[in-house]
Amino acid sequence: MGDVFKALADPTRRTILDELADRDDQTLFEICSRLLTKHQLDSTRQAISQHLDVLEAAGLIDVRREGRYKLHSINRGPLEHIVDRWLDRS
Amino acid sequence: MRIYVTSVFVDDQAKAERFYTQVLGFQTKLDIPLGEARWLTVVAPDDPDGTQLLLEPDGHPAARPFKEALVADGIPFTSFAVADIQAEHRRLEELGVRFTQPPTEMGPTTTAVFDDTCGNLIQIVQLPEG
Repeated sequence: MGDVFKALADPTRRTILDELADRDDQTLFEICSRLLTKHQLDSTRQAISQHLDVLEAAGLIDVRREGRYKLHSINRGPLEHIVDRWLDRS
Repeated sequence: MRIYVTSVFVDDQAKAERFYTQVLGFQTKLDIPLGEARWLTVVAPDDPDGTQLLLEPDGHPAARPFKEALVADGIPFTSFAVADIQAEHRRLEELGVRFTQPPTEMGPTTTAVFDDTCGNLIQIVQLPEG
């Protein structure tokens, strides 16, 4: 598994997670549209695709194929491990 | 010069005619036999003299890989304007249409994306008033 902290270090990748937190099962097109129209992030589709690869390697998103579409959802698991490690001391 | 027709590649013209007329609500404008295929166009019922949509067979070997690559990434190659996108989304979902993106605010517009069952994703957009 890739490094969660390295994956989170990039502001565009954090914005992708912000948008995926709004709704599961987004296509690459929807993610690019959200970044462009809501955040004025005009990265290329290839660049966003590479960001998604990093997030997937870190376990922060799940990618699945449904029929002919490739859909992306946030996976909060690795973030919960961070909470368990440092914050959940009760 | 003006744009009178634009086309969408469909895997089956008869199925496409049913979907584009009975589900989406367009009406057939031209249906002319043309060899093995038909010159088959539809128009919006409230704009019968407006731009036509040609339901064009995707038989060329390059057409299907092109369509599949776009669909995998969720990219709609064709876009239609609607007056009330929420109402249209409800109406089409009740008719069994599969949306890859429900109505979502994208800056000043609201867009949604659905599967036309003929190998394409189609975007509908509600443009800002005025």
